[in-house]
Amino acid sequence: MNRSQHILGSGLVFAVGIWVAWVSYTQQPAEAFLFPRLIASVFVVLAGWTFGKAVMGLSKVGSGISRTMFLNMVPGLAVMLVYVFWAAKALGFYTATAIGFFILLSLYDPAPHSEGKTWLRRALITAVFVAVMYGLFAKLLSVYTPREILF
Amino acid sequence: MEFIYYFGDVFSPLSFLLLLGGTIGGLILGATPGLSPTMAVALLIPFTFHLEAVQGLILLGAAYTSTVAGGAVSAILLKIPGAPANIATTLDGHKMAKQGQGAKALQLSFLASAAGGIFGVLLLIFLTPLLAEWALAFGPSHLFWLAILGVTVIGSLDSASVVKGLLSGCIGLWLATIGFDDIMGAQRFIFHPSLGGGINIIAALIGLFAIPQVLTMFAKGRRTEGAEVIEVQKHSVLDATRELLRRPRALGIGTITGSVIGLIPGVGGQIAGLVAYDQTKKFSSEKEKFGKGHSEGVIAAEAANNAMVGPSLVPLLTLSIPGSPTAAVLLGGLLIHGIFPGSDLFDNHPDVAWTFINSMLVGQVLMCLFGLYVAGLAARVAQVPQSVMAAIVLALSVFGAYSVQSSMGDVYVMACLGIGMYFLERFGFSAAPLVLGLILGPIAEANFIQGGMIADATVGKASYFLSGGLNIFLIAVVVASVAYSAWMELRTRRYTTKEEAQA
Repeated sequence: MNRSQHILGSGLVFAVGIWVAWVSYTQQPAEAFLFPRLIASVFVVLAGWTFGKAVMGLSKVGSGISRTMFLNMVPGLAVMLVYVFWAAKALGFYTATAIGFFILLSLYDPAPHSEGKTWLRRALITAVFVAVMYGLFAKLLSVYTPREILF
Repeated sequence: MEFIYYFGDVFSPLSFLLLLGGTIGGLILGATPGLSPTMAVALLIPFTFHLEAVQGLILLGAAYTSTVAGGAVSAILLKIPGAPANIATTLDGHKMAKQGQGAKALQLSFLASAAGGIFGVLLLIFLTPLLAEWALAFGPSHLFWLAILGVTVIGSLDSASVVKGLLSGCIGLWLATIGFDDIMGAQRFIFHPSLGGGINIIAALIGLFAIPQVLTMFAKGRRTEGAEVIEVQKHSVLDATRELLRRPRALGIGTITGSVIGLIPGVGGQIAGLVAYDQTKKFSSEKEKFGKGHSEGVIAAEAANNAMVGPSLVPLLTLSIPGSPTAAVLLGGLLIHGIFPGSDLFDNHPDVAWTFINSMLVGQVLMCLFGLYVAGLAARVAQVPQSVMAAIVLALSVFGAYSVQSSMGDVYVMACLGIGMYFLERFGFSAAPLVLGLILGPIAEANFIQGGMIADATVGKASYFLSGGLNIFLIAVVVASVAYSAWMELRTRRYTTKEEAQA
């Protein structure tokens, strides 16, 4: 089922290993790369072994990702990427958290979307959660997070 | 008996409050399926920045102890182990709950956890100073091999595939070299500005343990949770205590098995619980009752998984080798406060070391007292939909990673490592050796460089690193752990293939 997935996964790790080894053995000053060279050598051998096994279809450990799992995960992962890499800084942590939290809740909450009560509950949970986070981080721990719009 | 001098410090108002909060919070978090003790402790680390080192460790230690015990609540009432360490508890615990003995099972689990846990912490108290003294004899070559030992033992024993476990360790060791080299000041592997200061251990810990859990919850989709909480009827604690005392064999086997397994780096509570359960069944005169709701099964499993907590910290506090993934996270908690395990900890920070260890002793008692009352609430929390849990963990991860040094770079590193780890885990790689590599990498490199300098001025590198009784012993342990794991893996494969062939 997941032979091609294993090839892709272990191939990527092998590619990283080759890059690490190449950088370790070519960059200067050599003394600074003594320890990375040691690691890179073992890294490449193990990654090559893993990749070879995957190519020959001998990879047994790890069940890969099924189509259903992947499709289930994609919307959440997309929200997460937008939240972490753009919204948190552009909109401010608390605004982005409120929006991201509400979207995730709506995407994965098994309660029916057609009921008004469900949406109200989701909004209430989001508001309470963001208030707790604000109290915890802004007030108690005095962590100054980016605040672009609202708060 | 030095620990007695610092016993009073546990009861200073803030320390005791943190111990109480960590214990109750840990019980609730532990009962929540999907929130592993390791992840709970990793998410708590950012909250310890504003605390003194000892108070931060008290909070983390309390959470570690009680999340393991709290996992029994969902194991018994929902048949979902709160943590891998509670798998064995479900076998008889849930059956007891279904037979209307849920309260009794919970009481027995907390009483056995406390008994096992106290024994484990006593081992920690008496073994740690001895090993710390011994660690004084270690030179750079030994410390280098110890760091490698830490990565290889967990890499080989904690992973389903030895090669992938070791490869995970290598990835962690490589990640630890990113940033500026300490001696030459050269840039290494800085392919993005966020990596200029290297990879922050705390941000990495949060990402590696929390984000894969979030993605796992996403991957389940809009699933309605089918777990149903079994109502708990009242049961006398005194009767449960009598029952526990009537089963000294199960309690003894669980406690000793857990303690011994805890001392072996890399072997977690999951194995402790299952081995103790199996051994208790073998020696029991009521073998046929196991798996049908027998109290001995619950007692053995819970005594074992909590007895391993204390001993798992012995190699951590003396030799910097964490006995479990959660202990690895605790090591990160120590290092961010500038405290290094080993003789430095006991010679220069005895107040930190002993107050922390004593707090774990008091924490076991608090865990037992509150566990019985929090169990009902914890079971309700365990029913919180995964959608809510995933969103909460994601937001906590982002805020936690940012608060380390108020840097968006740490948040990006946390997210990238977490997403990468999720996919690696799906292909059989493991987070624990990767984290170990990341934490022990700087220790291994510093001692490799220092040892290299000594070697160049004396006997040469090969002779310095590969000869001498202690070096040879450590290398032998590295080789033995890898060989043993490879043999076990091959044997399991062979059995699997045979079963597959028969099927």
